[in-house]
Amino acid sequence: MSAVPISWYLLLSAILFGIGAIGALTRRNGIAIFLSVELMLNAANLTLVAYARQLGSHTGQVIVFFVMAVAAAEAAVGLALFIAVFRQRHTIDVNRMNLMRW
Amino acid sequence: METLIFFLFAALAVGSAIVVVTHKSPIYSTLSLVLTLLSMAVLFVLLGAPFLGAVQVLVYAGAIVVLFLFVIMLLNVQKEEAAHVDRGAQLWTAIVGVIAFLGMFWLAFWRTGLRIGGPAPQPLTQEFVALRTVAVELFGTYLLPFEMVGLLLLVAVIGATVAARRPGAPDNSVDDLPVYASGDEPRTDPLRSGPDPRRPSVAEPAYKTKEANV
Amino acid sequence: MLQLLWLIPILPFLGATINGVLGKKLPKPVVTAVALGAPFLSLLLALGCLWEFAHGSEESFELTKYMWTTGDLSIPVAFLLDHLSAVMLFIITFVGFLIHVYSVGYMAHEEGYRRYFAYLNLFMCAMLLLVLGNNYLVMFVGWEGVGLCSYLLIGFYYDQPFPPYAGKKAFIVNRIGDFAFLVGMFALFAHFGSLTYHDVLPKIAANPALVTIPYVGSFSLASFIALCFFIGAMGKSAQIPLYVWLPDAMAGPTPVSALIHAATMVTAGVYMVVRSNVIYQLAPGVSLFVAIIGALTAIFAASIGIAQTDIKKVLAYSTVSQLGYMFLAAGLGAYSAALFHVMTHAFFKALLFLGSGSVIHAMSGDQDMDHMGGLKKWMPSTRLTYLIGAAAIAGVPLLSGFFSKDEILHSAAASGHWLLWLVGLITAGMTAFYMFRSYFLTFEGEFRGTHEQEHHLHESPPSMVVPLWILAIGAIFAGYVGIPKMFSAGRDLNWFHHWLEPVIAVPQGLEAGEHNVGPGLEWALLLITVAIAFAGIFLAWANYGGDKGLARGNAWAARVPVLHRLLLNKWYVDEIYDRLIVRPLAALSRFFWKAVDTFVIDGAINAGAFLTELTGDVGRFTTTGNVRNYALYFFLGVILLFWWVAFG
Repeated sequence: MSAVPISWYLLLSAILFGIGAIGALTRRNGIAIFLSVELMLNAANLTLVAYARQLGSHTGQVIVFFVMAVAAAEAAVGLALFIAVFRQRHTIDVNRMNLMRW
Repeated sequence: METLIFFLFAALAVGSAIVVVTHKSPIYSTLSLVLTLLSMAVLFVLLGAPFLGAVQVLVYAGAIVVLFLFVIMLLNVQKEEAAHVDRGAQLWTAIVGVIAFLGMFWLAFWRTGLRIGGPAPQPLTQEFVALRTVAVELFGTYLLPFEMVGLLLLVAVIGATVAARRPGAPDNSVDDLPVYASGDEPRTDPLRSGPDPRRPSVAEPAYKTKEANV
Repeated sequence: MLQLLWLIPILPFLGATINGVLGKKLPKPVVTAVALGAPFLSLLLALGCLWEFAHGSEESFELTKYMWTTGDLSIPVAFLLDHLSAVMLFIITFVGFLIHVYSVGYMAHEEGYRRYFAYLNLFMCAMLLLVLGNNYLVMFVGWEGVGLCSYLLIGFYYDQPFPPYAGKKAFIVNRIGDFAFLVGMFALFAHFGSLTYHDVLPKIAANPALVTIPYVGSFSLASFIALCFFIGAMGKSAQIPLYVWLPDAMAGPTPVSALIHAATMVTAGVYMVVRSNVIYQLAPGVSLFVAIIGALTAIFAASIGIAQTDIKKVLAYSTVSQLGYMFLAAGLGAYSAALFHVMTHAFFKALLFLGSGSVIHAMSGDQDMDHMGGLKKWMPSTRLTYLIGAAAIAGVPLLSGFFSKDEILHSAAASGHWLLWLVGLITAGMTAFYMFRSYFLTFEGEFRGTHEQEHHLHESPPSMVVPLWILAIGAIFAGYVGIPKMFSAGRDLNWFHHWLEPVIAVPQGLEAGEHNVGPGLEWALLLITVAIAFAGIFLAWANYGGDKGLARGNAWAARVPVLHRLLLNKWYVDEIYDRLIVRPLAALSRFFWKAVDTFVIDGAINAGAFLTELTGDVGRFTTTGNVRNYALYFFLGVILLFWWVAFG
C-alpha cells in the first residue's frame, strides 16, 4: 500500500486540536468544555502515534497509553467536581461560577 | 487504499469534531465525540498501533464517554439556549488565538524540514505492529511510570468519590439542599436559579469599593 | 613610667565616661572627685614621664598600643613623647588641671555641673591624643575630638538660642579647615604610604627632592601639603579668614574659653605646623604666606579688640591676635619662637580669662565693661593677677610675654621681612593698649554698675583664686626658659630653643643656621619694642586710667564714628560672610529641599506607589471571575510559551 506521509497526520492532528481549543474556550456548558478537552487530548495522541510510526520507536505509543489513563482519571475527577459544584449552584453554566469577580 | 481510508476517516473525525464543539445539546456533542474517537481508533490502526486503537475504543469510547453520559443524565443538563451563543470578545479572541497557535505550529513544522507530502515512512512490519513489542517497552523501560499511573488512577478514584459525595452531616455548609438524584424534585433552570447563590446571607460584599477604602 | 604614657589620655576619657554615664546618679562630691582626679592623675603621670624622658638619653619615646588595620591601610595607634610633644604635654596637663580646679568653683551653682565636667574631661583626652599621637591620623582623631568638645562646651547653655548657634558655627567653620587637612593627609599618604612622623618626616629631611616635585599646577608636593595643613590650622587656630567662630565661642562658660580657646585647642594648629616643619621649610612660598596671614590676623584682630566693651570679647580677639604672632613666627621658620609663645600665651591668656571669669562671677554674670569699674576694691587677688597677665601679654620686660614676643619680632627682623616686623610692632602696641584699657575699665575708677550688682561683688572662692595665682607665677617666670643670647652675655641660655632642636629638621641642602642682626641693631629693636609697649600702656592710662572711666574713650569714639563703628562691629566680617556665603548656601539648601527632595525624590517614590496603585486598579479588571476568560489567558500564555521555546 502506498503510505500516507506522516505530515498529513500531523496536519489533521493540528486541525483537531484547534477545533478542540475553540470549543474549550467558547462553550458555556461545562460538559461541552470537557468534551473539547478530550478532543484536544486525542489530537495530541494522534501526533504521538504518528511520530512513533515515523521514528520507528514505540515510545510514542507508550506515552499515548499513559495519556489515555490520565485522561480517564481527569475525566472522573473533573466530573465529580462538576457534580459538587452543581449541588451548590444548580447550574453548570461556567459563566455563573464567578465568585472571584472584581 | 490506505490514502483513501485515511481521508475518509479524517474527514469523519473533523466533521464530528465540529459537531462536538458547536452543537447545543450536550448529548449530541457526546455522541459526536464517540464518532470522533472511533475514527481516531481507525487512524491509530492505520499508523501501526492496533493495540492503541483497541484501547482507545475500550477506554475512551467505552468508559469515559459513558461516564460523561451518566453525568449528563444525572445532572439533567439541558440544551443551551440559542440566544446565548457568545458573540463577543471571548469568541473572537479564541478563534484568533487558535489560528495564531496553529500558525506557530506550522512555522515550527516548516522549520523541521518536513513538508506536506514528504517522504512516506517505512512500510509496516509484523514486528512493529505486534503487541509484544509494545508490551516489552511498556513493562520494561516504562515500568515505573506504569505503576505510577496505576497509583494515579487510585487517587483519582478516591478523589472522585470524595468530591461527588452527597453532602451529609460532616459537611455542614449545605444543610438543607434538596436531593436531585432521583430527578423528581421541581427542577430549577440551570441558567436561572433562585436566589443568587453568589451572595451569602450577609448583604454587604466582602470587597469594599475603592471610595470606602480611602 | 614611660610605659604608662598611654594612660595619660585614657584617664580623662574614663573620667568623662563615668561622669557622663553615671553622673546624674552620683552625688556631687563624687563627680568632682572623678572630674578632678582624672586630670590630676594625668598630670602626675605626665610629670613622671617627662622626668624620665628628660633624664633619659633617647630623643624620643614611642609606644604602640594597637595596629588599626582595614584592608591595605595600617595605622598604628601609637604615642610619641619627644621634645615637641613634651612641651605641649606639660602645658595641657598643667594648665588643664588648674582650669579644672577653677571650674569647680565657677560652675558650682550650675545645673549642668556633671555634664560640664564630662565634656571637659573628654576634651582633655582628645587634646592629649592630638599631641601625643605619633602619626597624623591619631592627631586628626584628637583634632576632631577637640572640635567636638568645643562644640559641646560652647553650646553648653543650650536652652538659650545663641550658644548652640555659636557651637554650630565653630564646628562648621572648623570643618572647612578639617577638610583641607584631610586632603593634605591624603596627598602625604599617597606619596609615602604612611602617616607616621618617623616614617615620613626624616625621609623628607634626608631627601627633599621627594617633595619638591611639582604636584598641582605650580605647587610642589610640599607646598600643596603645607598649604592644605595650614588651611586646617586656619580653622582650628582662628586665622583669617576662618577666625569668625572664636569670638562667638565666648558664649560658653569662661573656664572653657580659658582652656580651649586660649591655652590648648587653638594652639593645635601651631603644634601641627611645628611638627611638620620640614615640609614648611621646603615650601618657602607657603611659609611666607603663613607668616603674612599670621601678621595680618594679628593686627586685624587687635584693631577689633580696641573697641570692644565685652571683656571676654576683648580677650577673644586678643587670642586671635596672639595666634597670629605664633603663625608669623612659624611662617618665618622660627618654630621654637612660635612654640615658646604658645607656652607663655597659655599661661597669661588662661590667667586673663580666668580672671575675667572671676569678675563675671562677681558681677552676677554681666560681662559688659561699661558696667564695671573700681573692682580692685572688692577683688584684690583677681585684680593683681589680671594686672600681671595684662603686663605679660603687653610685653613688659622680664615677664614671660616679653621674651617670647621679642623673639618673634627678632626673627622677623632677622629674616629681612621688615614690613612684617613693623606690623608685629604696631600690633604689640595695640595689644598693650587694649589690654590695659580692659584693666583700667574693669578694676580702676568708679563702679558703673547697678546697686544690686554692687552688693553682690566679692572676691572669688579659693578654688578660683589659687589657680589664678599659680598661673600668675607661670606668667611671670615661664619666659626664663628662653632667654635670648643678648641678655646672657654670650652664654647661650636659650634652653627652650635647644630643647626643641631635635624636632626642627634641617633638610638636606637647605642652609642651616639662623639669620642674625648685629647686636647693636638687636638692642635697638628691643628698645623700640619695649617703648611701643609702654606707649600703649600709657595711652590706655591716659584715656581710661584713674577716674576717667569711659568719658575720654567715648569722646574718641565720637570723633571717629565711622571707624569706631567698623571696629566695634568687627569690620562687619560676619555680615559679609552671611551675605556672601551663608545665605546663598541656605537658598541652595532650600532649593534642594523643596525642589529636589520634595518634588523629585519624594515625587519619584510617590510616583512608584501611584503607578503600583494604578496597575492594581487597572489590572483588577482581568479578574473577571469568569472561568472561560481564565482559560483564554491560559491559552494565550501557552502560545507565548510555545513561541519562546520553539523560536527562542
